[in-house]
Order: sequence, then structure tokens, then C-alpha cells
Amino acid sequence: MAGITIDNVTKAYGKLEVVHGIDLDIAHNEFVVLVGPSGCGKSTTLRMIAGLEEITGGEVRIGDRLVNDLPPRKRNISMVFQNYALYPHMNVRDNLGFGLKIAGQSAARIAERVDEAADILGLSELLDRIPAELSGGQRQRVAMGRAIVRHPDAFLFDEPLSNLDAKLRVQMRTEIKKLHSKVATTIVYVTHDQVEAMTLADRIVIMRDGYIEQIGTPMEVFNHPVNTFVASFIGSPPMNLIPADIASGAVRFADGTSVPVPSRLVDCVTEGQEVVFGIRADDITPIGHGIHEAREITEIELEVDLAELLGAETLIYSRLAGQEVQCKMFDPRDTRNGERLTFRLSLDRAHIFDAQSTKTVRPR
Amino acid sequence: MSRALKKRLRATGLWLTTFLLMVIISVPGLWVVLSAFRPNREILARPPIWIPEQVTLNNFAKIFGFDEGQVAIPVLSYFINSLVIALTSTVIALVIGMAGGYAFARFRFRFKNAWFLGLMLFRTVPGIALSLPVFMLWSRLGIIDTKLGLIIVYVSLNVPFTIWLIDGFFRQIPASLSEAAQVDGCTRWQAFWRIEFPLARSGIAAAGVFAFLTSWNEYALASQLTRSTDSKTLPVGLMDFTSQFTIDWAGMSAMAVIIIVPALILTFIVQKHLIAGLTFGGVKG
Repeated sequence: MAGITIDNVTKAYGKLEVVHGIDLDIAHNEFVVLVGPSGCGKSTTLRMIAGLEEITGGEVRIGDRLVNDLPPRKRNISMVFQNYALYPHMNVRDNLGFGLKIAGQSAARIAERVDEAADILGLSELLDRIPAELSGGQRQRVAMGRAIVRHPDAFLFDEPLSNLDAKLRVQMRTEIKKLHSKVATTIVYVTHDQVEAMTLADRIVIMRDGYIEQIGTPMEVFNHPVNTFVASFIGSPPMNLIPADIASGAVRFADGTSVPVPSRLVDCVTEGQEVVFGIRADDITPIGHGIHEAREITEIELEVDLAELLGAETLIYSRLAGQEVQCKMFDPRDTRNGERLTFRLSLDRAHIFDAQSTKTVRPR
Repeated sequence: MSRALKKRLRATGLWLTTFLLMVIISVPGLWVVLSAFRPNREILARPPIWIPEQVTLNNFAKIFGFDEGQVAIPVLSYFINSLVIALTSTVIALVIGMAGGYAFARFRFRFKNAWFLGLMLFRTVPGIALSLPVFMLWSRLGIIDTKLGLIIVYVSLNVPFTIWLIDGFFRQIPASLSEAAQVDGCTRWQAFWRIEFPLARSGIAAAGVFAFLTSWNEYALASQLTRSTDSKTLPVGLMDFTSQFTIDWAGMSAMAVIIIVPALILTFIVQKHLIAGLTFGGVKG
């Protein structure tokens, strides 16, 4: 059992650098999710931890050991692959026991560990089947079983749920979460799905183009995104981001409408500054249909372009200064397209980003 | 006409056509086998005698020298030569084919596509076109009429094919299987032998059969590069039955049977793998 330290790690293919000196400390037994759009370097980072990609620069430590030059088999980690990578010519029992067999464990010990893992994951009935005879969810469980039998220092998951259908994905997500509570181990988990990241992680690492944009708990990255990228990546629907500038102490949009600068940010902006005003759909709600006890509110009239009833709430598409904004109506009533409604903006939950640097504006 | 009947007629028609085609393909082979077991007189009879009237093992006895009236042909030497040459060249071609196929399937390296294209282009050169240059080169090197000389030729004929075929099989095995094995504690070498090799086995077996049959049956180059019992192979040995004025068809047919039988046996042994190789699936698991 051990934590993982990534220190100024870079990865280059020839002259093309794809991971640019990232730092990350993963604590013992922590569940860390690397998330980002495809090509952001998250899988490459995971594979460098596993030893499947060479580390171009910097250091990776598992526990106290520097593992840069160790082959995967000496790192005492296990990995679950996107396509499960079960050995097709072996039955489930042999798939689970393969690593132990290679390590030269006795047959009795292997059987004991395999039974234990099969028990944890509910695979006992399937031990004599071959992978081709298993459903997607069962293969996924076998892949996880193969990871846990070896009692490794850390589990690495590379987009393990992306081959499953939506329903199964939610179910397996819960199983992974349960697994972590049963078998307390450090987990590094890669996904492009921010919902998976939010639901599973102790801490989320958001990556883009080979850089880490933000590291934080799901709450932190949701409530305090450091820049517009994180703001638009985390949360569903994505945060509304509307270009504006600061005029006479207010946020003025392109069409001249303006809202007050949130009071906590008044001292952080300068007159004339180009900014991006960010607010989540949950914080723009028609009067009487809100959910937050907002402390600081401004009202704005918007036209309903389209309404999607989601059940307990309705997602309303509207336009503000020519740009699409999404709003929410909790405890919904029927609306007509084209209807004008007065919305409340919860300013205490709104964000202002600098337009140039895209970074958030924050009281010091 | 009902649809079921139509379907049935269609199926019957297909079967008949297949049967006829197979008969046409099989007749020469059948004729050779029949001729091996009957006297020359009956073979040359006009009109042809289809059903043998006299079945005899004399032809075999003769070529093995049990019959006084005939000079024995060194069939055993030829057989051993053929076996040694075909087996050795097949094993070498398979080893190179596995190494090369694996490299093309798994690694990125400079000029990879050019290399591969070059190998494939080499396949398009008819072997016989190389016979003169090879003959001159081999005679300078002093390996005319040696098994080594033929083995080198057959290896180079077979390697592009084995690489191409085996590359295809390794390509179908996801790279993540080897990676998973390495994370599970294997060296790359172990991962290859325990995971990737067993999965590609049918493809490798298929490549082996093809390579063996090519070497076993090859005549044109062998006839140029061999002289004596040191290196003459069975197909070349067939020419021993022709003399200036006569051809001993019966003896030749008997020898042809001797050539065919091992090839047939080998094909039957690996048939299971060949079919598995052609209906490759389930690796995606």
C-alpha cells in the first residue's frame, strides 16, 4: 500500500511533447480521477505510472520507490484496461490467477486468493467460463478481479466503463466505488466522463493539452473552477459563459444589459476589464422555481426558446446578449416557447473570469 | 414454384457444381495414385482402363531396388534430402516470420511501410527468374549441390509470406493483452510466449504448412541447384524415370505417391489449426 508521487513528469514522442511537466501527489488509499477531453494526456500519464510508456523527464514514485526505470512487473500495480484485456484462451479462474502463477505462488495459495476475489466480485459461478462466454459487465468484473487478487500497491483504471451501455455503466460505477471501500487501495482512474469523475473521485485532476488545469475535490472543482475550461468541462449542463466587460461597476454584456458585479468580487475587477461572466443553469431560475437560498440576487427577463422537461426540473434554453444560456426551473410548470419570464440570478454563486487569461477572478 | 423448393434446388445446384469441380481437380491426382499400383501396360492402354484390373506393389518394389531387372533409384536419399531441406527451411522461415511479423504488428520503426512493401514486392518475382543469378552466385560460393544452398533459397522464398501472414495474426491480438500480462508480472518475452503466441498459434501453423509445402513441392530451382544424391529432392528425383527414349510412368507415379503422402499427413494433422486460423475470432474478448 502506497501513495504515488508524480514530479515534473514530461512525455515526448520524438520532438512532440504531449505531457508538459505535471506534478501530482496521490495519497495512500486515495481515489484520484484524471479527467479531460481526448488527447489531453491523461491516459499517457496513467501508462507512465504503469510503466507501459517510457517517462521522458521527471520522476514517478510509488511509495518510496523511484520507478522510472522499473518495468511494469516490478512496480506492484495492477491495471484494468478499456477493452478489459482478458486472456481469451484462459477461463476466468486462470485469468484471475495468472499473475500469481507467474509470481510462482503455490496452487493452494492461488486458489485461495482467486476464491476470495471471486467472492468479493460475485464471480464464483463463472470461474470455469472463458471470456467469450461472458457479458460486458461480467468481463469488467473479471478484469477488476484480476487486479485485486495480487493485492497491489495501486490500481490503475484506463476508461474501464466506456465500452458498457449507459445502464450498466452506472451500475459498475457503483461497484467500483464499493470495491474501493472494501479493498482500500490507492486508485488512479482515467476517464473522459466528468460524471464518472465527480461521482467516484476523492480528488479530480482536470487535464487539457498535456497540462493539469486544476486539482481538487469534486466540490472544489464544481464550485470554484479556476478557469473557463474547468467551468465548462465540469458539471452538466456546462456552466453558461457569457463575454462581458466591466462598466460603471457592473457586468455589461454585448447588448448593453448588465448585472451587478457580485459583491465578493467587487474589489477584484477593474473598470473596463474584459471578462467572462459564468453562471450555472441551477442559478438562473424563474421566480418561484428556484432551489437555493440565495443571498444576493438580481432579476433579469428572458425569453423561453425551448424547454426540456427532465422530471423534477425543466431545462430552459434562452438567449442573453445573443448567446445561448441554459436555465433551470425546479418544481416545473408548463411553459410555452416564446414566453417571457423573469429569472433570478444567484449572484453569490456566479463567477467572473478574466477574458484574456481565462482565469477566475477571486478575492485574495 | 414455392420459395422453399427454389432454395432447395439452389442448394442442390451448388453442391453439384462443387462436386463436379472437385472431381475435375481430383482426377489427375487420382490417376497418379491409380497408376502407382498397376503395371505400365495397363497405364498406357488405349482406350484407358479406369478401374485397375491388376493391382500390384511392383512399382514400389522396383524403385526401392527389390526387383532385379531395374536399377534402383535412391528414393531414400531423396526422401531424406527433401525432409531435411523442407523442415529446416520451414523452421527458419517460421522463426524469422514470427520475429518479423511481431515487429511489423507491434513496433514503430523507420521505413516500416517501405520495408513491408519491399517484402511483398519480392513475392511478386517468380522464383525461376532468379535461377540463373542464384546458380552463378551459388557456384562461386561453392554451395551448388548442397542442402544448405537449397535451404537458403527456400527460406528466402518463404520468409516474405510467413511475415505477412503472421503479422496479420498478431495484429488481431490487442496490444493491451501483452500489456496486461506485463503488469501481471511477465517480462515481455514471457508475455509473448504465454499470451500472444498461443493466440497466434493457428496462424503460425498455417504459415508453417504453406512454407513446408512450398519447399516440399518445389521443382524448378531445385532442378538447377542440385546434382547428386547429396542434395536432390523428391520432385527432382522424378526425372530419374525419364531416359532418352522411354518414360517409366509406373515408377514415376509410385514416386509421386511417396511425395504426396507426407504432405497429406501433415495437412491432416494441422487441419484443425488451419480451420481455426481461417475462422479466427474470440480474441476480441
